[in-house]
Amino acid sequence: MSPTGEDPELVQLLTPEGERVDHPDYSPLVAELTDDDVRDLYRDLVLARRVDTEAVALQRQGELGLWASLLGQEAAQVGSARALRPQDHVFPTYREHGVALCRGVDPGLLLGLFRGVDQGGWDPAENHFHLYTIVIGSQTLHATGYAMGVQRDGAVGTGDPDRDAAVIAYFGDGATSQGDVNEAFIWASVYNAPVVFFCQNNQWAISEPLERQTRIPLYRRASGFGFPGVRVDGNDVLACLAVARAALQRARDGEGPMLVEAYTYRMGAHTTSDDPTRYRLAADLEHWKLKDPIERVRAYLTRHAGADQEFFDGVEAEADSLAERLRTHCREMPDPTPQSMFDHVYVEPTAQLVEQREALTAYLASFAEEEVRA
Amino acid sequence: MSTLTIGKAINAGLRAAMESDPKVLVMGEDVGKLGGVFRITDGLQKDFGEDRVIDTPLAESGIIGTAVGLALRGYRPVCEIQFDGFVFPAYDQIVTQVARMHYRSGGRLRMPIVIRIPYGGGIGAVEHHSESPEAYFSHTPGLKVVSCSSPTDAYWMIQQAVALDDPVVFFEPKRRYWDKAEVDESGGPDLPLEAARIARPGEHLTLVAYGPMVKTCLEAATAAEEEGRSLEVVDLRSLSPLDLPTLYESVRRTGRCLVVHEAPLTLGVGAEVAARVAEECFYSLEAPVLRVTGFDTPYPPSRVEEDYLPDLDRVLDGVDRALAH
Repeated sequence: MSPTGEDPELVQLLTPEGERVDHPDYSPLVAELTDDDVRDLYRDLVLARRVDTEAVALQRQGELGLWASLLGQEAAQVGSARALRPQDHVFPTYREHGVALCRGVDPGLLLGLFRGVDQGGWDPAENHFHLYTIVIGSQTLHATGYAMGVQRDGAVGTGDPDRDAAVIAYFGDGATSQGDVNEAFIWASVYNAPVVFFCQNNQWAISEPLERQTRIPLYRRASGFGFPGVRVDGNDVLACLAVARAALQRARDGEGPMLVEAYTYRMGAHTTSDDPTRYRLAADLEHWKLKDPIERVRAYLTRHAGADQEFFDGVEAEADSLAERLRTHCREMPDPTPQSMFDHVYVEPTAQLVEQREALTAYLASFAEEEVRA
Repeated sequence: MSTLTIGKAINAGLRAAMESDPKVLVMGEDVGKLGGVFRITDGLQKDFGEDRVIDTPLAESGIIGTAVGLALRGYRPVCEIQFDGFVFPAYDQIVTQVARMHYRSGGRLRMPIVIRIPYGGGIGAVEHHSESPEAYFSHTPGLKVVSCSSPTDAYWMIQQAVALDDPVVFFEPKRRYWDKAEVDESGGPDLPLEAARIARPGEHLTLVAYGPMVKTCLEAATAAEEEGRSLEVVDLRSLSPLDLPTLYESVRRTGRCLVVHEAPLTLGVGAEVAARVAEECFYSLEAPVLRVTGFDTPYPPSRVEEDYLPDLDRVLDGVDRALAH
């Protein structure tokens, strides 16, 4: 089977047309969801997209240096993130804005890295959401090591739902070619670490299509490492929620790692610096627009859950106000002082760093004196 | 007091660190039952269990990458890289992740990780087993880089490194692993981890060395004494950060400085020492700062390593050149 071929094993619980479908293994995992719960998921999806749209706009206005858009991947992120418990720990890439939002990270803080005022402005301990990792795949090893720590802390397989914890590592299809990701699979497997490898296969690593990373569907790689892999419709928030719940619970129960391949599509550019018209066809985008992760939930809610215009308008209004807060926050974010670049290189600054900092300060002050003289 | 080799002293130091803090872990290839290829972790798995002394899969990036995760969870991993030439698969994790985590998190995340690397030549080894890669790490902000040269330093410095909340690359002079001396395990270390040490006081020239070259320089100083030359030996101990005040004080006193290391000449630790000394001790210098080092070649086949490595005669030749000014 080719890596992109239609896969009969793809787990889907909500069709692109908004119809619920049954899956013997995974439907039971979301059976308790009420229509209100689905409305909440819809809200998450819309807010995630709005954070993204607004950030792209801020980049175009020169307020951000760069932005990595999640457009098209909202369901994969929201579904998996809503399967997490507070004690679970997340290791994201630089594109997990939707996961961050669901985790309770103030979306304004996501902008700092891309504006160039910090390199990760949130406290990872607060929401159990690690800093974004930019080097491709590095975080999968961090997640696995963290999971080994969870094991050593006796927080796996106790049966206590508030204690047992899982770790989730996000990465993309390109990352699966990295040595670190393959090493993480090996480590997790041989130590039976409670980690879920959540691969958002958006089919593009900047300009390189999936065929440049693999000859087989990615989820099948797991079997070679000795743990289960599953491919889920990454544009189906219910299926992503169900599969992530299963994988995370398996990890918390001490049954070891699992690979989830959320099969989706990167609807935007790799980042705002990229130009996808150079390497892919507009027709592909049109095809994937029909599978939009938000539209299908909207269709479901309209047709089967009695959601009216007032509900959708309410979510839009909330998104508008979030966007407004983001814009304001972004523009008000202060530039760091030049001296702050010397902070936190070490826990205590070395004598050399103190000296360099003082020298820079004196140098900068010399301009002020010149201005006074002038 | 006990008589310990450098290898046994590191072992004893690790044992003490593991006894005093249950969060300290040892991880690496063959560190468990085998006790490491140099037996530095001998007996630790037996006494502390497989959860704390972890035989890892054979992949260095995995060792360091998972150590990052363990550190984020509150553990203090001590990672063994089996040989100097095998650290490079882990170089990415060390440089892009370990070294910057505290910085990029605004001080929120700490990386109390020790990366132990048996390093240097002189043991007749095959390719990739005799490297001196310390400059790569010393050039990376966020890492601390140290090297021990005696059993006493080995015993205390490994414990100081483990106790530090910054990541430490700990270079062990593998050809000196079997050198013995008395070690006083009571009390505490005489010096902070980042302090240089006057290994031998002298008047006419300062020999600057670290790791395996400290012994070579001490022997050179003994030999030079017979010719009426009094050489001071400064054991840097810490390559990043450098203990510059100790270095400057010595050179200002002697007026001459010769740096000795096994690593290649160009852009090595000696280059930094020479630049610093030239800048800060300019008016005290009677001669240019000289270097006696390995050459700008890959580490050669072992049958010629004696000609590659600085030895007593090459150090004394450097001393002659410095004193001729």
